[in-house]
Amino acid sequence: MSEGAARPAGAKPILVVGGGIAGQAVCEALRRRDPEVPLVMVCGEPRLPYDRVTLSTLLASEGDPASLQLRPAEWYEDNRVEVRLGEEVESIDPQAGACRLSSGEALEFDRAALCTGSDPLMPPIPGIDLEGVYPFRGPEDCLAIGRAAEGASRAAVIGGGLLGLEAAYGIASRGCPVTVVHLMDRLMERQLDEGAAALLGPAMEALGAEVLLERQTERILGWARAQGLRFADGGEMECDFVVVSIGIRARTDLARSAGIVCERGVVVDGRMRTSAPNVVAVGECAQHDGIVYGIVAPLHEQAEVAADTLLGREGTAPYGGSVMSAKLKVMGVDLVSIGDAHGGAAAIVADDDASVYRKIVVKDGRPTGAILMGDVRGHELLLESVRAGEEVTDPLELLAAASRATGADLPDAAQVCNCNGVCKGAIVEAIEDGGLGSTAEVVATTRAGSGCGSCKPLVTEILHFVRGGDVEEASFLCPCLKQTREELAATIRGHGFESVTEVAAQCGTGRRCGACKPGLAYLISEINGNRHREERHARFINDRVHANIQRDGTFSVVPRIRGGVTSPAELRRIADVAEKYEVPMVKLTGGQRIDLLGVAKEDLPAIWEELDMPSGHAYAKAVRTVKTCVGTDFCRFGLGDSIAAGIELERQMEGLYTPHKVKSSVSGCPRNCAESYVKDIGFVAVEGGWEIYVGGASGSRVRKGDLLATVPTTEEAIEVALTFLQHYRENAEYLERTYDFCERVGMEAIERAVLDEESGEPARLRERFRIAKAAVETDPWLERRDPVHPRQFVGLEPDGEAALVGPPAEAVLAGAPAEDAR
Amino acid sequence: MTASGSTAATALHRLGRAEDIPRFEGRTATVAGVSLAVFSTEHGFVAIGAACPHQGGPLADGIVSERCVTCPLHNRRIDLHTGEVVAGGEGRVPAYEVVERDGDLYVPVSGVDGTPLEREPLEAAT
Ligand code: SRM
Ligand SMILES: Cc1cc2nc3c(=O)[nH]c(=O)nc-3n(C[C@H](O)[C@H](O)[C@H](O)COP(=O)(O)OP(=O)(O)OC[C@H]3O[C@@H](n4cnc5c(N)ncnc54)[C@H](O)[C@@H]3O)c2cc1C
Ligand code: SF4
Ligand code: FES
Repeated sequence: MSEGAARPAGAKPILVVGGGIAGQAVCEALRRRDPEVPLVMVCGEPRLPYDRVTLSTLLASEGDPASLQLRPAEWYEDNRVEVRLGEEVESIDPQAGACRLSSGEALEFDRAALCTGSDPLMPPIPGIDLEGVYPFRGPEDCLAIGRAAEGASRAAVIGGGLLGLEAAYGIASRGCPVTVVHLMDRLMERQLDEGAAALLGPAMEALGAEVLLERQTERILGWARAQGLRFADGGEMECDFVVVSIGIRARTDLARSAGIVCERGVVVDGRMRTSAPNVVAVGECAQHDGIVYGIVAPLHEQAEVAADTLLGREGTAPYGGSVMSAKLKVMGVDLVSIGDAHGGAAAIVADDDASVYRKIVVKDGRPTGAILMGDVRGHELLLESVRAGEEVTDPLELLAAASRATGADLPDAAQVCNCNGVCKGAIVEAIEDGGLGSTAEVVATTRAGSGCGSCKPLVTEILHFVRGGDVEEASFLCPCLKQTREELAATIRGHGFESVTEVAAQCGTGRRCGACKPGLAYLISEINGNRHREERHARFINDRVHANIQRDGTFSVVPRIRGGVTSPAELRRIADVAEKYEVPMVKLTGGQRIDLLGVAKEDLPAIWEELDMPSGHAYAKAVRTVKTCVGTDFCRFGLGDSIAAGIELERQMEGLYTPHKVKSSVSGCPRNCAESYVKDIGFVAVEGGWEIYVGGASGSRVRKGDLLATVPTTEEAIEVALTFLQHYRENAEYLERTYDFCERVGMEAIERAVLDEESGEPARLRERFRIAKAAVETDPWLERRDPVHPRQFVGLEPDGEAALVGPPAEAVLAGAPAEDAR
Repeated sequence: MTASGSTAATALHRLGRAEDIPRFEGRTATVAGVSLAVFSTEHGFVAIGAACPHQGGPLADGIVSERCVTCPLHNRRIDLHTGEVVAGGEGRVPAYEVVERDGDLYVPVSGVDGTPLEREPLEAAT
């Protein structure tokens, strides 16, 4: 191959075959080293490279696969990577530097990287071609499985490996009963021993996935569509669709036909070179030292070496193989397997009651693998010690150390984010060099945590450790200037500031990046009991136009429908407005209200006028909904008047801004039809009164609220709720939901503040609540008649036609407009 | 900061009234089919392409600070003077000079087709 000599412009490109995570990693590694070398990436799939790993999570969460794209389209333009989408390289001649695409086009290249990945294995059993039999590999599969799960009465997943279990979990999450059919006598037998597998089976069953072991599927039954499975032992099961997940096979056909040596994968050496000197292979299609890796982490390392090889450099050390490590992405089942955890001498810590099993295997004094089930603390540390082949004298001690390990104990080389191949050292460096002050910034800068997200807590921990403060101190309201909420509150109180501008002038907060302005605006309003000077530039667009911005720049309108109770007259007005303004969608929300979606900003004031209903604050960090169930009014089980209580609670709280949104609900009995156990504030009627739960969650996290109090009357319940709300308003960090707040400060502290009447604090909280509530504008939608700025809802209107005005620019520009404008 | 005198502009196109953009906010305007987001900053008025390079978010609706605007959709932060994405991702949008005269705002446009002229790269403003 041409050894890295400077290439004249117009030289033949480096060809990257395949646009998976590996293809993308190779392009990025090349670009980091050489901004000039021409690059062509041929992507067999009709889409830009995306994060395949997160498909499992997406199946469960019913998300949109389009959100997985690794880089925006502009990245390829900006980095001059020529991309061919939806085309395959059909044949390749490395020696001649020529290849042919499926479109018939011929391409020339100088060097090439094969990143062709793999195909799912489909066993050649009868029925495998029936409708309703799916592999689980790409976005199409994910969507097809999701659709099939709608309304199906049972699904079968053939294969009880990692991927099969993730598929089963995704299907179960969609409410479809599912059976995992596995050939061996335990799940994930390649990674797990009996001890861990014994815990995994029941854990999967608890999530709604039945497990059948030692079943060899002999045929898939059905005429046109799959209707069941028949096993070698003669048994059968019925199902409406089948997902096959028994393994993968590297795509080597292209390499093979070019005469490149292949075994199970394309054989490469330590420099990722194949038997063709100008061709490397990276990712799931490559076989190094006899191993084909089916995971992401190794391919990042491989891509770095391959890039050096392609550019004729000796930069990185040769690739020496990776330790296999896998984390099961099933919510509620924590499982990590590392390396080879079979045989050898093992140290095991197991607690059946807590469903915890932790094992490390040592051979010749060095750890070779580990299994962590139920408690995966310290898995990064264990992976690193396996990788480094550290000598271990006391394996039990290593296990114990791992459970205690924090981000601080990890060596710099330890991989933190497996999805994007980011090690701790890189994160520490980014924090130090960039002076980063929040997890979000670290994620944006390093991309650690932007894949499956499971490493985010560790990223936060590393941030805190690098920053040297404890957890609370390290959360800055203004990350640019490293000012905490407490410090800023003290400044505001000390100077009696009433506006964001005053704070900015005093201490610079909000000037550099502006991200903290909404938080600062909230703080100012809270400290001043809502008698502050409102400045709209400090608010997010939603709070300037009192509607939620949507992906296409339009807005959604959610009127307040207290307790979810509406009337024919309101419904008629909503219908009239929707028709008149051609609202693209009218939707019932999960908050028992009605959403008009896709409204143009200009139409908002007129729509509010005609609706003649108050704002539901669905766009704001504020009191949102109070859901109710039908309660004693109608329900035969009702113990409390949940509708009346809910409407009253909503009236008393509405209009208040809060650190993050506050959603409540009131249920008439412990059947809990309004989901009160998982709300920020939830009432449940019980015999003789109300239970009040706080800190519940059912969004990105699911958490049952903590029981704060049980009181006899509705008035008392509402009083406790308002006292809690004010305590939260005053003490939570900006954007901290009650579920995080309650965990951070602990229920004891909350009970003291909210319930201990002798201390006087609850009474003070109620008084400050009263003051704040008295000052809130009743309904922001009244700004339709009296806008804060006359042209708040419209763009600039160059009057009339696009007339060219004025003298030649030269003359005007010389007047240094920038100074004028001050 | 001095504005470049060598712009190839031959005319100015009126955008609207300066008072229609509150300080630290943005508004959109369309000039010869090109959508601009015009901002009022501490240092006068500036304009950039209206659509975020990420997924086309309306930059005029973003939060404005001294030198940048944060896209309201996914928080990419864009330098108002260079149009460069400075945090949250990569990419850039065109950047334009805005001239204020007698309370009116203008953008330099091409004398040929009336499209706005991108500003010349600024040296680091002090
Ligand atoms: C409209 C609605 C979905 C629906 O069609 O039903 C909705 C829509 C949005 N939700 Fe939601 N959520 C809606 C009910 C919920 C619920 C259910 C509920 O309220 O009972 C939850 C779970 C409960 C909770 O809040 O934890 C929910 C959990 C979330 C979360 C995750 C919050 C968390 O901390 O876990 C977000 C993201 C966030 O807040 O950062 C979110 C954010 C959003 C945003 C505002 C995203 C955004 O920033 O643009 C969505 C606006 C869409 C749009 O374009 O208008 N939405 N969202 C529901 C409006 C309810 C209402 O009447 O106000
Ligand atoms: C649902 C799911 C969950 C997973 N979860 C995890 C996980 O949690 N952790 C983990 O580490 N790994 C996980 N994996 C595995 C991981 O996704 C893969 O290891 C990784 O994506 C492999 O990347 P790749 O680029 O090598 O191959 P691929 O992603 O297969 O990409 C190869 C690409 O090349 C294209 N191609 C092939 N031949 C040609 C040709 N001749 N011309 C043009 N294009 C061609 C293909 O169409 C494909 O787009 C998961 C996989 C799946 C399916
Ligand atoms: S409405 Fe809620 S769940 Fe649906 S996409 Fe938006 S944020 Fe996600
Ligand atoms: S569209 Fe602007 S950040 Fe996504």
